[in-house]
Amino acid sequence: MSVGTAPLARGGSRTRLVRSALLALALGYVAFLLLLPIAGIVWGVVRGGASEVASTFSDPAVRHAFWLTGVITAITVVVAGFFGLVAAWVFTRDRFPGRQALSAVVDLPLAVSPVIVGLMAVILFGRGGWFEPFFAARGIQVIFALPSMVLVTIFICIPFVIREVAPVLEEIGTAEEEAAHTLGASSLQSFFRVTLPSIRWALLYGIALTTARALGEIGAVLIVSGALRGLTETATLYILLALEERQEASAYVVALTLAAVSVTLLLTIEFIKRKHEKERAR
Amino acid sequence: MASRVLRQPLGLGAARGGHPVGPGRWGLRATTALYLGGMILLPLVAIVSRGFGEGIGALQSALSSPGAVAAIRLTLITAAATAVVNAVFGTLLAYVLVRYRFPGRTLFSAIVDLPFAIPTLVTGVMLVALYGPNAPIGRALGGVGIQVAFAPLGILVAMLFVTLPFVVRTVQPVLSELDHAEEEASYSLGAGTWTTFRRIVLPALRPAITAGALLTFARALGEFGAIVVVSGNIPGTLTAPVFIFQLTSQFRFEEAAAVSTVLFTISCSLVLLTERLLRRQKEDG
Repeated sequence: MSVGTAPLARGGSRTRLVRSALLALALGYVAFLLLLPIAGIVWGVVRGGASEVASTFSDPAVRHAFWLTGVITAITVVVAGFFGLVAAWVFTRDRFPGRQALSAVVDLPLAVSPVIVGLMAVILFGRGGWFEPFFAARGIQVIFALPSMVLVTIFICIPFVIREVAPVLEEIGTAEEEAAHTLGASSLQSFFRVTLPSIRWALLYGIALTTARALGEIGAVLIVSGALRGLTETATLYILLALEERQEASAYVVALTLAAVSVTLLLTIEFIKRKHEKERAR
Repeated sequence: MASRVLRQPLGLGAARGGHPVGPGRWGLRATTALYLGGMILLPLVAIVSRGFGEGIGALQSALSSPGAVAAIRLTLITAAATAVVNAVFGTLLAYVLVRYRFPGRTLFSAIVDLPFAIPTLVTGVMLVALYGPNAPIGRALGGVGIQVAFAPLGILVAMLFVTLPFVVRTVQPVLSELDHAEEEASYSLGAGTWTTFRRIVLPALRPAITAGALLTFARALGEFGAIVVVSGNIPGTLTAPVFIFQLTSQFRFEEAAAVSTVLFTISCSLVLLTERLLRRQKEDG
């Protein structure tokens, strides 16, 4: 928190007045739009008291919901992390016809409403869907079950790792990798010894973004899961169902927990990343 | 947080590689193509083909139902309002963050990014907890005839919350790299803050503001988590994504696919347009 002079140092009481007014307007807008609602839900949880928090977390439905969210997030992080790394490498180290077009595809999940993602899964795997006969014949339940919930979450999270890692791969160039090759390292050796250490913070940040997004996913999961109580009920679905049943207090507790987890996660990673960047710059 | 996702188009400089093209490389190419093609393109093809399933006439009739028209119109209006408000306040926030030094600036900058980290459903819950008919503020506002929750105003507030960082984070890097010389000259010639901003700073920021506003619009169009709680599922307050969800839960997949195709086409072309804008800006800079 640095207190210094503004980059454009100029005096005058009028300039100072404008400055104060703009600052007040900016701070006021953010306080009203962001901080007030956050304070509202924190107050809602505090008003419920410790007993409400305790009873919410001892509820088996809540525990199962968090467990399911954890499973979906873990699978998503592994799949989107691994394939994202491969895709980022291909986009920055390889050249083949169609590369540009393929890379444009990466951003599409950011443009598609989660509800549409859910609908796509239903159209592909639901009754009368393209792939429905294949899975039905093998007795695999996709819709209203874990597989479709994982698939839609992966779809939504595809861009994060690729977009964090690709610019860093581009930036570090290939000189060190080529040196490793010249010294007789295999492709895998040079990847794990040379490339991975330089991109690990970007990768970790991409994974943090993926985790935060997967934890909070609702639209697509709502459509493909059918929100079956105790079966396909994730933490976000629990919140939605609890609100419908007028159990606001426990909905607030779960909502605040989810928000706290992803905010803490992203702030921690951001902090570590920044510290690391500063150290490297020195 | 997440700023790089917005700031830079995917790095696609000249590919350099010292490795020979071997079977391993073909494996990686194939993996990437299958991953992106199978996970992203195939489902999109499926939904568009379902939307057009019974021909253009069926698409038209699905879209001309009063519910679909109302939902798409409400979504476009609220998303456009969000983009405009965000363009103004996002530019203000970026300006304050870049040009002013004040105690708590780092904290303020972190707070601006919070919407990236808070799950959107939680945003909706927060807004209902604050503005709902059972909450003190909601009741007070209701007393003077302003309804926020379960009304279009609540949808607007939800969209504004979720998209707050977009314009800030597209404008901020451009503003901080802007040359001060012209501004200094303008001030020393006696121009005030506003004149200088309007004549010198704003023209330089225009592409970034436009890009941020377009991203905001696209994001607001598709927003579901925050809105499904705030909108209250009443016909007059359904946005297109909530409408699609309702159609799906009634197993009306054709109509849902038709509305989805429209929504997807709009937001997709906006994102592609924004990327071109940002890329051109990067090349200029």
